[in-house]
Amino acid sequence: MIRLEKRPQPSATMSWATPLLAVVATMIFGGALFAALGKDPIEAILTIFWEPLFGEFSFFYRPQLLIKGAPLVLIAIGLALGFKAGIWNIGAEGQYIVGAICGAGAGLAFYPTESIFIFPLMILAGALGGCLWALIPGFLKVRFGTNEILVSLMLVYVAEQLLASMSLGLLKNPEGFGFPGSRNLQQYPSAHNAEIITNTGMHWGVVAALIAVIFSYVLLTRHRLGFAIRVTGEAPRAAKFGGVNPARLILFCLGMSGLLAGLAGMFEVAGPSGQISIDFNVGYGFTAIIVAFLGRLNPLGIVAAGLLMALTYIGGDIAQSQLGLPAAAIQVFQGMLLFFLLALDVLTNYRVRFGTGEVA
Amino acid sequence: MDLSAINPILLIAAMIAASTPILLAAIGELVVERAGVLNLGVEGMMITGAVCGFIITVNTGSPTVGFIAAAVGGAVLSLLFAFLTQVALANQVASGLALTLFGLGLSALMGQSYVGIKPPRTEATPLGPLADIPVIGPIVFGHDMIVYLGLAIVAATWATLKFTRVGLVLRAVGENHDAAHALGYKVKRIRTAAIFFGGACAGLGGAYISLIRVPQWTEGMTAGVGWIALALVVFASWKPWRVLLGAYLFGGITQLQLNLQGAGVAIPVEYLAMSPYIVTIIVLVILSSDKSRAPGSLGRTFHASG
Repeated sequence: MIRLEKRPQPSATMSWATPLLAVVATMIFGGALFAALGKDPIEAILTIFWEPLFGEFSFFYRPQLLIKGAPLVLIAIGLALGFKAGIWNIGAEGQYIVGAICGAGAGLAFYPTESIFIFPLMILAGALGGCLWALIPGFLKVRFGTNEILVSLMLVYVAEQLLASMSLGLLKNPEGFGFPGSRNLQQYPSAHNAEIITNTGMHWGVVAALIAVIFSYVLLTRHRLGFAIRVTGEAPRAAKFGGVNPARLILFCLGMSGLLAGLAGMFEVAGPSGQISIDFNVGYGFTAIIVAFLGRLNPLGIVAAGLLMALTYIGGDIAQSQLGLPAAAIQVFQGMLLFFLLALDVLTNYRVRFGTGEVA
Repeated sequence: MDLSAINPILLIAAMIAASTPILLAAIGELVVERAGVLNLGVEGMMITGAVCGFIITVNTGSPTVGFIAAAVGGAVLSLLFAFLTQVALANQVASGLALTLFGLGLSALMGQSYVGIKPPRTEATPLGPLADIPVIGPIVFGHDMIVYLGLAIVAATWATLKFTRVGLVLRAVGENHDAAHALGYKVKRIRTAAIFFGGACAGLGGAYISLIRVPQWTEGMTAGVGWIALALVVFASWKPWRVLLGAYLFGGITQLQLNLQGAGVAIPVEYLAMSPYIVTIIVLVILSSDKSRAPGSLGRTFHASG
């Protein structure tokens, strides 16, 4: 008989080991999935994890790691703040879209004027847009006690419709021959989020992600507010007695995660993606949830997890073109990772005991 | 704009059909939540049911077999959630999200060679002369089997929860799992059974979308219905009959905005398409002041410390 015995303290070793174990388990079961799809599992796994980093064309893929990793890290850092406090913002995808719309809108409003103030203004607009979008569930939770999970998620669908409306209407390129989608910001120098160092993938979004990581690390380990977040997550009643204002904490966590998601959207639309279009969003907001958990809600862990997730995106693309692996297989692969992580996490909080215990 | 193009009798009949997927998913989730488990994976189970039902119906030619397969598909996926939350004692919110992300990916993978195929038609239940009664006929008696099955499940759930021992035990587990455990009830086993039932209902609801409502397979076609169903359980204060009422309200709005799109109302299509989600938020706001009805152990992990 296998029994679980609660540990007095979560195991520190296991807390670091479980994400690694989860990655290994996902590789094994993912390999089995690829084999079931009629692909050579070893080759597929190598294509996903080895090819982008050390393969023949790695000079092309390595910069992609930063381009795809930056939005994931940026969003996940914000989500982790809330998740730590038990505030579940799962609508980052919507905040990402609204941030992109506001950022691009602010830039396009000045087209074709060239000025160094346009890009900073777009950053502000993107951050503000995402922040306000996330404050809707925040405000409703504080004022009416509405469940933030459902409201933030409903707003993703609203944001998607808004995106469709914008790319067909207000922000549509007047010189686009009637095709949906805005002007390409890459061809508008003042608004273009260009690479800071060519061929490295290093754009302003990467800088913002690094700042966010440092900021959140300091906040969580050195600041009173970070302490309040941690206590609220682990013992809400104790936090209340300790003088934490729950309403303010909810607004801070949701507002901050929305702000970062909005920034991610803005940097994406002004740089790698280039234009507002109907299918501009690719689900970073949802993948970032996996990143946040895989990184153990810890800023440094999130960087590692974000890069790993970015790797599966890039490797997935390569596997799609070289081995004909369906795009959805990578999505399943990423979902599996979260499953194994959650399942193996039991080892962090519980000891597994074998043998017959007394009747429970 | 031509509102006269909307036939009110057909509109009401269509509203009932439109509310069936939400109704099925919500009544399943209601049972899960009454057992004290919050499963946020409804969307994932629905889409898996949608794709399973579609594939089997296309291959066997029988919608009945397809619907059974959909229920099985949703239920099997829900067992993953049951394993995570009941055996590995993982956080229910995170596990539910994982289930949805995984289900969306899995369904896209399974259904990729079925895009653009038309499934065999599901015939309306032959109720003979009843369907020919003017006005009431098409509204009440002109539907397919699943609409009536949904209503039957609601009635059965209500009766089971209210009048039977099984229902009492289920509610006890949901209200206070420690007390239920002390009384000797198998908390985990009961919860796993509830999760399984919820998965089957969500699967059926998903298949109703892919086989009857649309009827076609496209990636992510449930488009948030699973999440609306979750909101509906809160709306219904965890009461079966109010789930029915709420499902008709949401299904009605979905259908109405589709008809308004068709009638060419001067509101852009995108803003009409937003309406079901915005109405969900508004309704949540109005009703969330009263949390007292929520099961006492909802969302809490149970571990019997020996």
